[in-house]
Amino acid sequence: MRTLRGSRRRAPDAAPPEAGQRHEDAFVIRTLTKVYGEGTAAVRALRGIDLTLPDGELTVLLGPSGSGKSTLLNILGGIDTATDGEVLFRGVALTGASQRELTRYRRAHVGFVFQFYNLMPSLTALENVELVAEIAPHPVDPMEALALVGLEGRADHFPSELSGGEQQRVAIARAVAKNPTVLFCDEPTGALDSRTGTEVLAVLQDLNERLGTTTLIITHAAATAAMADRVVTFADGRVGSVACNEDKARARELSW
Amino acid sequence: MIRLLPVLDRKLLRDLWRLRGQVLAIAFVIAAGSALLVMSTSTYAALDATKRAYYERTRFADVFAPVTRAPVGLIERLRRIDGVTAAEGRISAFGRVDLPGAPPISARLVSYDASAAAPLNGVTLSAGRMIAPGRSSEILLLDAFARATGLGPGDDITVTADGQRETFRIVGTAYSPEFIFAMAPGEFVSNDARFAVIWASREALEAAFDLDGAFNDALLTLSRDADLLAVIETADRLLAPYGGAGAYAREDQTSDRYLTEDLEQLRVMDRIMTPLFLGVSAFLLNVVIGRLVQTEREEIGLLKAFGRSGGEVGWHYLKFALAVAVLGGVLGWLGGLYLGARVSALYSSVYHFPFLLYDPPVRALGTSILAGVASAGIAAVLAVRAAAALPPAIAMRPPVPPDYGGRGSLPRWLDQPSRMVARRILRAPLKAALTIVGIGAAMSLTVMMGFNAAAVDEMVVRSFDIADRHDVGVTFTDPRGRAALFALGRIDGVQRVEGRRDVPVRFVNGTSERLGSITGLSGEAELSRALGADLRPLDMPAGGLVLSQSLARLLGAEAGDEITVDVRTGSRPSIALPVAATADALIGTPAYMDEGVLGRLLGEEGRVSGAVLMVDSARADAVTERLREAPIVLGVSLQSESLAELDRMLDEGPGLFRRIMMVVSIVIAVGVVYNSARIAFIERARDLASLRVLGFTSAEAGYVLLGELALLTVIALPVGGMMGVFLWIVVAQAVSTDLYSIPTVFDPRGFGVAALTVLISSVAAGLLVMCDVRRLDLVSALKVRE
Repeated sequence: MRTLRGSRRRAPDAAPPEAGQRHEDAFVIRTLTKVYGEGTAAVRALRGIDLTLPDGELTVLLGPSGSGKSTLLNILGGIDTATDGEVLFRGVALTGASQRELTRYRRAHVGFVFQFYNLMPSLTALENVELVAEIAPHPVDPMEALALVGLEGRADHFPSELSGGEQQRVAIARAVAKNPTVLFCDEPTGALDSRTGTEVLAVLQDLNERLGTTTLIITHAAATAAMADRVVTFADGRVGSVACNEDKARARELSW
Repeated sequence: MIRLLPVLDRKLLRDLWRLRGQVLAIAFVIAAGSALLVMSTSTYAALDATKRAYYERTRFADVFAPVTRAPVGLIERLRRIDGVTAAEGRISAFGRVDLPGAPPISARLVSYDASAAAPLNGVTLSAGRMIAPGRSSEILLLDAFARATGLGPGDDITVTADGQRETFRIVGTAYSPEFIFAMAPGEFVSNDARFAVIWASREALEAAFDLDGAFNDALLTLSRDADLLAVIETADRLLAPYGGAGAYAREDQTSDRYLTEDLEQLRVMDRIMTPLFLGVSAFLLNVVIGRLVQTEREEIGLLKAFGRSGGEVGWHYLKFALAVAVLGGVLGWLGGLYLGARVSALYSSVYHFPFLLYDPPVRALGTSILAGVASAGIAAVLAVRAAAALPPAIAMRPPVPPDYGGRGSLPRWLDQPSRMVARRILRAPLKAALTIVGIGAAMSLTVMMGFNAAAVDEMVVRSFDIADRHDVGVTFTDPRGRAALFALGRIDGVQRVEGRRDVPVRFVNGTSERLGSITGLSGEAELSRALGADLRPLDMPAGGLVLSQSLARLLGAEAGDEITVDVRTGSRPSIALPVAATADALIGTPAYMDEGVLGRLLGEEGRVSGAVLMVDSARADAVTERLREAPIVLGVSLQSESLAELDRMLDEGPGLFRRIMMVVSIVIAVGVVYNSARIAFIERARDLASLRVLGFTSAEAGYVLLGELALLTVIALPVGGMMGVFLWIVVAQAVSTDLYSIPTVFDPRGFGVAALTVLISSVAAGLLVMCDVRRLDLVSALKVRE
């Protein structure tokens, strides 16, 4: 038991996102294990992951379905808990944090982008962004966030009035609006056609470079790997390989 | 076991289990409605069957013919009247019982031939034995009076009859079909302790009332096809020379009339309240099941995509509804059975039946399940039809966000979660309205039951605090002059005396007839008054009758009409009298007249049959003692006792009924509110999970869900209040009987209790749903499509 509450140095939400201060590593992951169910029905989603994700990098997680990449993302994002092992976010243990602490962690530091966008259908594009800005400690102006994804002209449209790509860009603006420390994207292009998908990826790459937000992208599309600083492949709940791109491709050049 | 079932049925069982909270809540709503159905149907059926069986077993008379004094030989001629199957002549008179320390009690003395094989109006022993032949000192006592006074076999009792005091030995206590409700003359509330019924041997009463070889009360039973009116006419003609007071049918007999009225009220409750409750719960089920099926749209699409036909899918969801309905129906039937048996037993003890015929109502089981199945089934079919009409491909695509465009702008100051609440309501106003009406409908039942309880209180207050304000009522052995009043006034402790004259009459208006009495009131009356519609005392008109509204309704008469009054005492004149006004009397069917005018009509001016007194409560015992010494006093009624007795009667039978209905209405309200909250949760689980992932706390996410529900609940409160008022206006008319007119009062407490019920159940439902919000599986909620 390496991550008991008592052994934590600081609560995760207490880690200040101090401007200009660069941490070496956003996440340090040690022998992380996740088991769903019990006994013979137990499914080992993660079988002891060791991984370090440096601050400010754009990492792509590749791997077939069920290889454990989503599970890892969910644990790093504070919406799922590990069975064993340790996750340090900027030196603070996430594993063992209470639900309340995880909520505060998500609120202050984490931006999410999902495959199915998960926008609130009853709010306009701008309001969806404001929804998050209202509760974040250091938000970006919601209109500015929309401008970052090139949707300032569609601010007053409801999700039903936007295309899939536009909805995903609103979701990205929403994630960015809280000025997150880390941005998690689970199959952000999964529901989009190839052309729209590259546009969305381009937005993510652009944000990573301009704002220095640590970004994790899960994808099926191996071609996406070319735009990452770091590519982690998963197989059977384990990390298969970690590769760093010396020469990153531009997202707009990708196709799959 | 479960593996043997077809896949869809396994899904059904698991769905039932997964939604068990809601399944139970819906089942309870159905159960509440059907329990009420079973309870009221079975209670009415049991009491009605008991009454019929009891009357038949004891050969309860169909016609009663009081007479001054007729020779026993006349009985044979009565028996020969066409349609009469049996006739008996008996002696029946009033006397007075004196118990130590109690004010005089009026008593009905009835001769009883214990040796007869099958006497009419047969008594049923509850303790002791029958009067032994030839033992004129032995008597039977009415069971209810014996219980109320603690007397029993072996005790002695002193009776004053026709001025003579005599002591009898009680050998048994008994029930009688004639005294299921026992009421002293001049009283309108049955008080077991203040009215004795004594059965004595014929010899004893012949001697006491000087009726050797004669009778003064004939009892007749009729064949099924007998012409009742013809028999009464013939009997009247035969008895006229002997001072016949007018024969009357069983339905005019006091006890039977009260019993019939009470049963009628039960029947109305059954016929009106039960469909109302069932209707409301059916409507709510419709809403709830409909929305529940809608939340399964995606699964319906998937099932169709796999090649299941619309019919198969529909049948699958229909089975879900049926399972819930059958569960609710059976639960309701069992609950109703238990309640019915309890309520019937309570009623039967209030009514003094010696036995109770309670049969489990098998048909009601079918009805209650059918009602649940019909309401749940229709809802399921409609909802499934709408869902199954969707092309299956819908389920295979990512969810299309519902369209919220073009709904007008909201004020800038609203925060985003509040906008979500507002937009959801604005987007689907019909759905919101349905929720409001649903909660309102459930609440309206509670409002109505609250009004009902308040109306019963109001009825008692108006009767006892406004109309009749006396402390003590005194009945004289026979009409007396004013001197009797002066004598009462001289008793130390009596603060005010008012005379009253009660004259037994038969009211006739065209074909409508009614036995009753006219009460003569003096102009200065303050203790016992007739009230107008505005609850102010009415001035007695100089020449005419004042009918209570209930009596006017029964006779089909209104102010200005002329009706016939057949006086049933003294020289028995028949007089035509104008109806001068109607009075607001809530209990009984009284009629009033100016005392002086009434006296002149009878040729007995200035005579009174009783008095009402206001008594200094500190000297009440001394007053009682003096009344015991007064031989002209037949009986005394104490207003405080009558009030307590009325309260007890209203509380035990109809009161329990009302309380059960109140509980049922609360169960329905809670069930509906909980279901609304749960369904709202299921519909929005994905949004809520998204909010949680975005960093909203459970409370903040919960606000988006419960804020909507809270807003709708708050709007539902006045809606439910208004629906309750409307229901009450309809129902108050229906539950009024000839004996009890239920005033249509709107007590704010009715609103209060109902609103509180809805609010408390909303908060409880909210808390339960908040647990669901806290337990939301963030990961899977994001994966699962809406």
